[in-house]
Amino acid sequence: MEANPSVSSGRSGLTHAEPLIIERSAPGRCGHSLPASFGHPETASADIPSACLRSQPAALPEVDEMTVVRHFTRLSAWNHSIDSGMYPLGSCTMKYNPRINEALARLPSFSDLHPYLPASHCQGALQLMWELAQYLAEIAGFAEVTLAPAAGAHGEWTGMKMIRAYHRAQGNPRRRVLVPDTAHGTNPASSKLCGYNVVEIKSGPEGILQPEAVAQVMDDSVAAIMITNPNTLGLFESGIGDIADIVHAQGGLVYCDGANLNSMMGVARPGDMDIDVLQFNLHKTFATPHGGGGPGSGPVGVCAKLVPFLPIPRVAKKEGQYLLEEDHPQSIGRVKSFYGNFAVMLRAYAYIREMGGGGLKQASQMAVLAANYLRAKLEGHYHLPYPSRSLHEVIFSDQNLAETKVSTLDIAKRLLDHGFHPPTIYFPLVVHGALMIEPTETENIETLDEFAAALLAIEQEAQHNPDQVRAAPQRTVVGRLDEVKAAREPVLRWPTKD
Amino acid sequence: MRYIPHTKRDVERMLEAVGADSVDKLFDSIPERFQLQRDLALPSPLDEEALIRHFNQLADGNCSSAKCGASFLGAGAYWHHIPAAVGQMLLRGEFFTAYTPYQPEASQGTLQAIFEYQSMIAALIGCEVVNASMYDGATAAAEALLMALRAQRKRKRILLGRAVHPEHRAVCQTYLSETPAALESIPFTTAGLTDLDALAQALDETVAAVLIQQPNALGNIEDLETIGRLVHEAGALLVVSVLEPVSLGLLEAPGKLGADVVTGEGMGLGSGLNFGGPGLGLFGTQQKFAWQMPGRLVGQTTDEQERTGYVLTMATREQHIRRARATSNICTNEGLCALAAAIHLSLLGKTGFAELARTNAANARELCRRLDELPGVQRKFSAPFFNEFVVQIEGDVPQKLHQMAQSGIIGGLALEKFYPELSNCLLLCATEMNTLDQVERLVAALES
Repeated sequence: MEANPSVSSGRSGLTHAEPLIIERSAPGRCGHSLPASFGHPETASADIPSACLRSQPAALPEVDEMTVVRHFTRLSAWNHSIDSGMYPLGSCTMKYNPRINEALARLPSFSDLHPYLPASHCQGALQLMWELAQYLAEIAGFAEVTLAPAAGAHGEWTGMKMIRAYHRAQGNPRRRVLVPDTAHGTNPASSKLCGYNVVEIKSGPEGILQPEAVAQVMDDSVAAIMITNPNTLGLFESGIGDIADIVHAQGGLVYCDGANLNSMMGVARPGDMDIDVLQFNLHKTFATPHGGGGPGSGPVGVCAKLVPFLPIPRVAKKEGQYLLEEDHPQSIGRVKSFYGNFAVMLRAYAYIREMGGGGLKQASQMAVLAANYLRAKLEGHYHLPYPSRSLHEVIFSDQNLAETKVSTLDIAKRLLDHGFHPPTIYFPLVVHGALMIEPTETENIETLDEFAAALLAIEQEAQHNPDQVRAAPQRTVVGRLDEVKAAREPVLRWPTKD
Repeated sequence: MRYIPHTKRDVERMLEAVGADSVDKLFDSIPERFQLQRDLALPSPLDEEALIRHFNQLADGNCSSAKCGASFLGAGAYWHHIPAAVGQMLLRGEFFTAYTPYQPEASQGTLQAIFEYQSMIAALIGCEVVNASMYDGATAAAEALLMALRAQRKRKRILLGRAVHPEHRAVCQTYLSETPAALESIPFTTAGLTDLDALAQALDETVAAVLIQQPNALGNIEDLETIGRLVHEAGALLVVSVLEPVSLGLLEAPGKLGADVVTGEGMGLGSGLNFGGPGLGLFGTQQKFAWQMPGRLVGQTTDEQERTGYVLTMATREQHIRRARATSNICTNEGLCALAAAIHLSLLGKTGFAELARTNAANARELCRRLDELPGVQRKFSAPFFNEFVVQIEGDVPQKLHQMAQSGIIGGLALEKFYPELSNCLLLCATEMNTLDQVERLVAALES
């Protein structure tokens, strides 16, 4: 494709229009500097049958290095990020990502480390993993932790696999898993992938799961209950003790989605609440970057009776040496290649070492204080569907603005014009038009005030100039995009010649 | 604490606004018996300098590919040069501190980059549709098999080439263990290639999918065209897993040779080894299976002013809408690794990527030629390879490897653990990162 000069003009001042990189391509340009081979180049493919060889080179762009750097720099300017501003996404824990962790992750002794080195040659990495598992077990109160899962949903699935393996070892894998209606969509999807039918339980009028509701559906066909605590309404499931008793009495297990662990580090431990399995989200609670959608890391903590079922390999310490063990006959097996997202674990480890136990507790305390502070500022202006005590996040809805025909989506889009990323919206599903706000501990009080002021201004705009709110965003690089068209006439790649 | 901005005065102001007299009060919804009555037993906090010192101590216990002097390890994780520009771009906070792009107006950078990633991977693997990525090559292959079972509900058998990476086969086993599907293994021949006769015999109308690795776990290049024909004659789907993406610069795109799904490991495209993770799960298929795919997809669309923009699309396949009936439980992708691949592939470009592949193949052939000349060392298989191959050596292989490792030479992977019959065999890999000097050191070590 020829370079197209007409697309290079500024869109608005120094906010640049930027085409696809393939549109910057010109035959003969290159952005690489490759070593010469020491083998003879003509030998490279002489012995390979021609049917196996590429008939034509892959249609990658042909661009010089600066064009690549400029292209991706311009694209980056179109993103909102924690570095550019507050990101109050509920249940996502968008806290600051410390820079020292990035520097440490780039030490070549870790970043260039091959996973199949003999254990004697990777003691540092194995020690880091072993210690991180110990720290996480202590923070959440579990017997052991596997670091293998690559993300939260992967951790859920790994946890449910262990639950199934446990029941199978008792003679019956059981058929059903109980999931409250406030659960994240991955919970039922992960259960299903483990062969379970999902039974949804309604949460009570206070937004809390009622032990009686669990007792009604609990029997010996139920393998586990999968709860989130604090739940996605930001409320502590105060009946957790009774619920665990009811489930355990029938031989079931209690799984806890640990997405909201940032609310209680050093304050309370899921393992002490008779929870049997929990997945951590290192990219939430432990400050590792979200990367625009991964890589995350979803370690899983288990109580003693589930230890035999942990995935392999397991990191062990014997006689002062660290090693990987595979000989665990009751293990659910491998869940991922190699050992998990090591570079993410490394950042979480650095975070825990910098914070210490006291620092982690302070983080949770300040996260909860910040959420309650925002709640106090916004209460009365926005509808608060569940007035119980909030922990790390608070859920409002668009109900007060019904007459103005301004919806949660409009509020979210208008926040972009005010310079803030919107909260999580329309989730949890039990709240109509939910706005789920989680400020985290890393935003200072001035920013919290500005964010509250923006939401209060939008409420006023909705009352007096609702069209302006419904037409938002006006100040972003694109306006509201046609998602129906995107799904009905999918364009999932740039056009090709062949 | 530098990551927490709240001063004593801020805390007082906030507590006052909240109407609580202490921070502890905010936790009174947690029953007292569940509140921790002691401090967490964790090491004392470290300042930045102490943290660096501690990490340097840990690093001393590691022998990275550069530090150990000569590494010939591949086996699913390949050491490749990452241009400095890739690393620098990934450090832009606008990319790495962003969330999943749910609000497209505020995420056009991530979304366009992923669209470009999808386009470039589609060109590499020869598929019509590529998703925004999976966790890694192993889970991508497992999800492809689940997809094949969904697409052909009456077929319940899955055939796994024994020359597929054993740990990837193990992951597939874990993923499929709660489905009614039966997993069967197809052996490889003495030439180190999937046994086509055995494959033909196993194939019938009960087989949903066949998983083949290209190049395979022994380094050898499979005859995908013939395999594709056999698989399709039986009406099954062919899933091809590519763990060394650089091979795609030289070898035909599997999608062009009959693969219905192409999966792979993309860590070699700008992410690096990182002790095996994060990976980048490549996943592509043909248009007719698009709605069966797992994972996120980015699509192009327009706004009210007809300006081009990008969104996450075809979301009704996914867990946040379909919950228990979703095509997968996967929630995000490996976004930053996909971005790394997009930048990496843009820099290498059409010519550089092909040249890199030729360099790898040429270096591996030179390594192979020199080893083959040594007394007591012999190439095990006759099939053509890309950048890794198997040699048989005389003597105690683990002891030999241990001796070499002591002098900084990581002489490949002993295959016995994965294939007991290959007890005296090593899998060796050479990439553009290896030098002739390293090859000579390995040769000298094996000679002694």
